[in-house]
Amino acid sequence: MTPRAAGPMTLAQLSSGRRAVVAGLDGGRRLLARMVSLGFVPGVEVVMVQNPGRGALIVQIREARVALGRGEAHRILIAPARLPA
Amino acid sequence: MSFSGPAEIKVALAGPPNVGKSTVFNLLTGLHQHVGNWAGKTVERKEGTFPYGRTSFRVIDLPGTYSLTAASPEELIAREFIIRERPDLVVAVLNAALLEHGLYLVAELLSLRIPVVIGLNMMDVARKEGLAIEPGVLSAALGLPVVPMEASSRGGIKELVKAIAAAAEGGRIPEPQRPVIREDHRLVLDRTGRLLEGTDLEPYPRDWVALKILEGDEDISRKVAAAVPPGRWEEILALLKRHDDALVAVASGRYAWIERMTRAALVRPQTGPISLTHRLDRWLTHPFWGLLAFAAVMAAVFSLTYALGIPLQGFLEKSVIQGLQGLVGGWTASSPWWIRGALVEGILGGVGTLLTFLPILILFFGFTALLEDVGYLARSAFVMDRFMHAMRLHGKSCLPLIISFGCNVPGVLGTRIIESTRARLLTMFLIPLIPCTGRMAVIAFLAPLFFREQAALVAIGLILLALGLLFATGMIGGRLFFRQDAAPFIMELPLYHVPHPRTICDLVRRRSIELVRKAVVVILPVSLAVWALSRFPEGRVESSYLAGFSRALEPAGTLMGFDWRLMVALFAGFIAKENSLAALAVLFGAGEGVALGDLIVSAYPPAVGLAFMASQLLFIPCAATVAAFKQESRSWRLTLFNVAYLFILSAAVGIAVYQASRRIL
Repeated sequence: MTPRAAGPMTLAQLSSGRRAVVAGLDGGRRLLARMVSLGFVPGVEVVMVQNPGRGALIVQIREARVALGRGEAHRILIAPARLPA
Repeated sequence: MSFSGPAEIKVALAGPPNVGKSTVFNLLTGLHQHVGNWAGKTVERKEGTFPYGRTSFRVIDLPGTYSLTAASPEELIAREFIIRERPDLVVAVLNAALLEHGLYLVAELLSLRIPVVIGLNMMDVARKEGLAIEPGVLSAALGLPVVPMEASSRGGIKELVKAIAAAAEGGRIPEPQRPVIREDHRLVLDRTGRLLEGTDLEPYPRDWVALKILEGDEDISRKVAAAVPPGRWEEILALLKRHDDALVAVASGRYAWIERMTRAALVRPQTGPISLTHRLDRWLTHPFWGLLAFAAVMAAVFSLTYALGIPLQGFLEKSVIQGLQGLVGGWTASSPWWIRGALVEGILGGVGTLLTFLPILILFFGFTALLEDVGYLARSAFVMDRFMHAMRLHGKSCLPLIISFGCNVPGVLGTRIIESTRARLLTMFLIPLIPCTGRMAVIAFLAPLFFREQAALVAIGLILLALGLLFATGMIGGRLFFRQDAAPFIMELPLYHVPHPRTICDLVRRRSIELVRKAVVVILPVSLAVWALSRFPEGRVESSYLAGFSRALEPAGTLMGFDWRLMVALFAGFIAKENSLAALAVLFGAGEGVALGDLIVSAYPPAVGLAFMASQLLFIPCAATVAAFKQESRSWRLTLFNVAYLFILSAAVGIAVYQASRRIL
């Protein structure tokens, strides 16, 4: 992997078809409650289904597909996915 | 101690949205249902009963929720019901294809210490997605009864009833496995629990309250802050301050539990599945093709609705309503003019005419229910999201706006799906700008008279004008109402699946009944009142109160090129939009031999016709919409503001259109 600029990556920056692991969540309590109830917790793997670069995006989390706004996706910090064993 | 006979068993039906919970409810209770609202809320409450053996089971359908935090009115309703009314057991209906997702709700239910039976629905969908689930293994891991189901084809419903009866009557359910909080927060949870000792928290269980405080639950925090001795709440807050990620820790604990519970019972496909959903979404949610698909789907829905619905409406109006009018007119020939008029023109002409639009609405609701059931409607919300953002709303607001093209009343009621109150109110405010079938009927009649071959073009132009004004109103309203986006946009996209006719029929039936009830309760008195105003005191329209009122407004009307008759027609639309035509027919004395169309064309130039169509499209909403608006917004001020806004907008547009077009046409 090429070294990238400092600072954590957010879900909004993950391109279509790529995998990542949720590293942290940030946001008001209501938004957090909504995120965790749809499965966003640290450690969970997500696959970006569709990220057109602007506007809302779609991710696959466990078996579910979740659509979320770009602003909301910016609140989800990600880390590189673990490589399959 | 209870002395009642064979007990009635209270069963609550819980589950996330899109899991077929309504289907399960309908299968359990059949026709023994009662639909109402939750006390003080605009969320629908369904209740029904079924007998099994000598016991009667009362089933309460809780609103669809992903969790039991107080983040939405639905979640609050569901958990308050479980805590305060203590059902004997909760049936959690889950989508087997989204098992882990659904178990999150089960984790929350278990922390309320209530017996739970799991109805694992959509086993067929899970199989198609390549998932292998063993209900027996899952049941053993959870320590809860798990019933595999395919409710769309009635599969598993008998087994569910048996499991409910066994759980209710057999008494003891083995202690289930409960989730625990992530290890690093166990101490905080214990200490919070200890700080609550000695405080009366009835009816809430203390360990549950401690958990909810850690999650930062606003509703519970407020209640506890008021109940604990002075100083104690500050102690709790100080404790929480050092653990601001407690909400995530609680949720992580639940997902760790879900992982343990499903490890043996759930086998995922080896390769990433290229499922139907995946293939369809590649097109249907694409930023460009998705938009095109949305336009095509909507065009198909509207052309089918009108192509099938307009002839039906015409038939009902000509044969049924006019036939009835002739019949009733004959029976009452010898009674005073006002009895006859009230029956023939007031009731049959007002409410009767409105009901002839029911086929159009049923078709439209049928198509939208079909789109909703197969899973497409959520995609349209996603595709439209970026346009809604300009109004600081998001995709979900698009759904009630689409319904409003059929009729504004169910559109206003449909705003309930929007979580944020402000976004809901703004969406509601915009709805009357959507041209409904009633208004389109007026345009469909007038446009060909004045514009012949260009009629379709004029009609489309008028619709675009209304939508443009909706967008402008939303942009300004959004900026005045909200500093930033009103509500977070985060929603599940359900898996596509084959439609269930039952679910669709149920939805159409409910929306239609709602509308007919409104027609009778609200529109009947209003249309009688407007009829009276248009006839009394002398029995003639020309000398009526309404004519007097309209004549007084005629100076304003002349700016739009209107005479008093067009003003009367505009105001008559308040009963029901298509009434404008009926009023014109009365005023022009159209009848046998003289067609209304010819009379109108010879009376007004095209510029006036265009101005009239534009202003009636934007004029104050009909009485039923106003009533629905008041009921849903719970604010007379906003309701009246909406009416005043549309009144001014309609006049301004009418004047602008007339003044511009009389120079061109």
